[in-house]
Amino acid sequence: MTKKTDRPIRGRKPLRPPTPIAVVGIIFTVLFTAMSIYLCRYAYVNRQTMMSNSYNNRQRILLEQNERGTIYSRDGDALAVSEVSEGGDEERYYPYGELFAHAVGYATKGKSGIEAMENYYLIRSDISLSEKARYADEGRKKNPGNSVTTTLSVPLQEVASKALAAYRGAIIVTDVRTGEILAMVSKPGFDPNHVDAEWNSLIADDEDAELLNRASQGLYPPGSTFKLVTALEYIREYPEDYGAYHYQCNGMFKAGEETIHCFHGESHGSLDFYGSFQKSCNSSFANIGMQMDRGDFGRTLTQLLFGSKLPVDFPASVSNAVMGPDAADGDVIQLSIGQGATAMSPLHLNMITQAIANDGVMVRPYLVKSVDSADGKTLVKEHAGEEIDRVMSEEEAAILQEMMVLVVNGGTGRRLSGLSYQAAGKTGSAEFDSGQKEESHAWFTGFAPAEDPAIAVTVIVERAGGGGEYAVPMAKRVFDCYFGVE
Amino acid sequence: MRVYLSEFARVGGALLLVLYVVFSYLVFRYRTEKKRKPFYVVQILLMIGIQGLLFLQMLLKTNDLRYLFFFAFQAIVILATIILYRVIYPDANLLIVNNMCLLLMISMAILTRLSGNKAIRQFIIALASLVIALILPELVLRFRILSELWWAYGLVGITALSFVLILGRAINGSNINYSVGGVTFQPSEFIKIVYVFFVAAALTRVEELWHILLVSAGAALHVLILVFSRDLGAALIFFTVYFMMLTIARDRYEYLLAGLGIGIVSCIVAYRLFAHVRARVAVFLDPWTSIDSAGYQVTQSLFGISVGGPFGLGLYGGNPSAIPFVEQDFIFSAIAEELGIVFAVALLAVCLSTAWMVFRIAEWIRDPFYRLLCAGFGIIYVFQVFLTVGGGTKFIPLTGVTLPLVSYGGSSVLATILMFGLVEGIVLIRAGEHKKAVERLRAVHESAGKRRAKRREDDEED
Repeated sequence: MTKKTDRPIRGRKPLRPPTPIAVVGIIFTVLFTAMSIYLCRYAYVNRQTMMSNSYNNRQRILLEQNERGTIYSRDGDALAVSEVSEGGDEERYYPYGELFAHAVGYATKGKSGIEAMENYYLIRSDISLSEKARYADEGRKKNPGNSVTTTLSVPLQEVASKALAAYRGAIIVTDVRTGEILAMVSKPGFDPNHVDAEWNSLIADDEDAELLNRASQGLYPPGSTFKLVTALEYIREYPEDYGAYHYQCNGMFKAGEETIHCFHGESHGSLDFYGSFQKSCNSSFANIGMQMDRGDFGRTLTQLLFGSKLPVDFPASVSNAVMGPDAADGDVIQLSIGQGATAMSPLHLNMITQAIANDGVMVRPYLVKSVDSADGKTLVKEHAGEEIDRVMSEEEAAILQEMMVLVVNGGTGRRLSGLSYQAAGKTGSAEFDSGQKEESHAWFTGFAPAEDPAIAVTVIVERAGGGGEYAVPMAKRVFDCYFGVE
Repeated sequence: MRVYLSEFARVGGALLLVLYVVFSYLVFRYRTEKKRKPFYVVQILLMIGIQGLLFLQMLLKTNDLRYLFFFAFQAIVILATIILYRVIYPDANLLIVNNMCLLLMISMAILTRLSGNKAIRQFIIALASLVIALILPELVLRFRILSELWWAYGLVGITALSFVLILGRAINGSNINYSVGGVTFQPSEFIKIVYVFFVAAALTRVEELWHILLVSAGAALHVLILVFSRDLGAALIFFTVYFMMLTIARDRYEYLLAGLGIGIVSCIVAYRLFAHVRARVAVFLDPWTSIDSAGYQVTQSLFGISVGGPFGLGLYGGNPSAIPFVEQDFIFSAIAEELGIVFAVALLAVCLSTAWMVFRIAEWIRDPFYRLLCAGFGIIYVFQVFLTVGGGTKFIPLTGVTLPLVSYGGSSVLATILMFGLVEGIVLIRAGEHKKAVERLRAVHESAGKRRAKRREDDEED
């Protein structure tokens, strides 16, 4: 110890144990240190959620000081701006009206979408002190809030919205390498400019549920699109022999009490593994499901994020697909074709598609590219291509890619074939019980170009019918727009 | 210009306080007040600087020039107090005086912001308390507190607490105030001091085991009456102080462990028995589900703490009045919100350094009674800080005690200043001990020197 004290050094003393008073002092020092660390951590970690809590009236203080920041598309088009009237009242204006209703959201009535997610930054102004002084000198009452640049593309969003037309459903388009969400449409929509006026009809408990973002919060039976997952598990369990698979389809498959039929009662005849996928043969896939280890299948589902919260910054529903060693035969065959209790969100299906296109690595989808102050400082930059997990091997991804190309070129996704780009995908027609008659949701999920995937598109059209007839043409319009095909 | 100035006042205030904290720990490197003196002088300058910046923030926000006058007046009072202390008691410990004055100044600034009237009332009471505290050390030195009167201290404490309990029942309230001549008065603040007298006096006279049992029974009676008065914060303080003082008096850590064990069991029993304890714990575990009822206070406090950021929203820049009873139980959250986390944590460090100094004084004094008394005051003070800050930040369940010297409340300020006055009295006693020891040593040296000189003379003669 070289600690300097004015105590004369009287040679070495035996080390004395601390006195009880010192121990009491130490106890309180430890308690105070722990409390201070806790305090700093708590205040830092919760600074965003606390500010946005509707019970916190301190938001008002910031609103009085700053103008709410602008939200931009990836190309710099304003999606939400604050306009100050002559009287000094601030009004939020959404130039595209209904188009970005769910993704961008609204800034009133508890807020939603990016308006809610990024509220903390939007109501703050992180311009430099000299800028603030300049604004004060100019006699301006408010400082400009921080702006948010999203990953959304106006042309893709427009084409997706037009494609979906008057149907209920959702379309989500992502960049397969980075995870950027390029378009996210949910219908029926609403006009965020009139949320306050139309609030009562919007929250009315009816089937429209306009406020629900079907792309991330909707849960639908995945139907045949789930065969991607079933196929993955089969390849995983029979890496050498899956090519030798053979099945004779007569239009139905029985296991235990349960019987399932192929779509429209069709008989597909003699099929191998690829053919079963290409023709989307329910009976063959039920047969495949029966040949697999149920415990392993369950583990694959967990790895693919079924049953867990998706790692995104906006509200998303948890998909449900259950499989385990004790599963009954009936449940196994239902699961294998994406029926029964199985339900997933379009966002989740898009993430799995994206992982296949990205050679097995699932990346985190995100909506916000950056947050910048009005004087150009970047406050937050989202990391492109943030890896969630490698959910399948490169070989497994390659086989699934190949199978998805077959679906487009000669299977249920034929309407996407023969174009300037090679698309790959899987259709689905998810049957559900509407009470009176058998109806089905039309699904498509896929990516393009197949040789070097750029974007993944997932389409769900509620109660439309077959995926091949309804969902595929919509996806085609999105791909066409992206690849500049007229 | 205004923008720059207010930013300067906001960040500067916090940074000056951090600097102040550095000095309040640096003084521990030196054993004598003489060597610490330069640090104290810097601290006083920093103190005035901090106060100036806090009032500048208010001036800029409100354009009210009266704040300049407030600042000047308070600065003069504080300077006068410190100089008077220094002149009257050259041996006094100035860190305690400095810290006390700093905390009072911060209190004045934040109370002025929250409620002008309350700030003025608090200022008058603080002023009167400081005058009393100026006389108190001399009284302690002259008349000595008698440890023989341990039974009397106990009797006074128990009687006063019972009185409070019975009257509290009669008026059907748990938070007991008495209005005497328009001044509200909280007896439990003063009973704390008498209680420390009782425990210190009784424990120094302990010779056999049954003595300990008797003293413990007396302490337990205090605690039980407080529990029945529903004053759980005070009960917890009395309980903790007792076991820590017992450990110090007997120099055995078994008592600390025993206290911990009994404490845990008592908490469980209290949880089972009392609905209001369960309610407090439920709010601690999850204040969010009851955000508009039981959890309102704590969640508003948490908002305050979280929105300020490192340097706060500035005085008059936030909304601390959203927290119910902010001037009493949640003053720390108001400070964190408007003056920032850096300032708030530095404030905690100031409180801790005060306790360190009180403990160090206790360590050095030889007289076992004063030693115990001094340590007891230190524990009471620092534990109270821990309970109120921990409760307001959801580090521990809320117990509803005030932040000494900073919260609004005349009784609390008076009692705390009295306590530090007593500690300064003990410092004087210690200085007397020291002088005697030095004289004795000098006498020994002198006689030894004479003998040596004599021997040398004898040698030369040979």
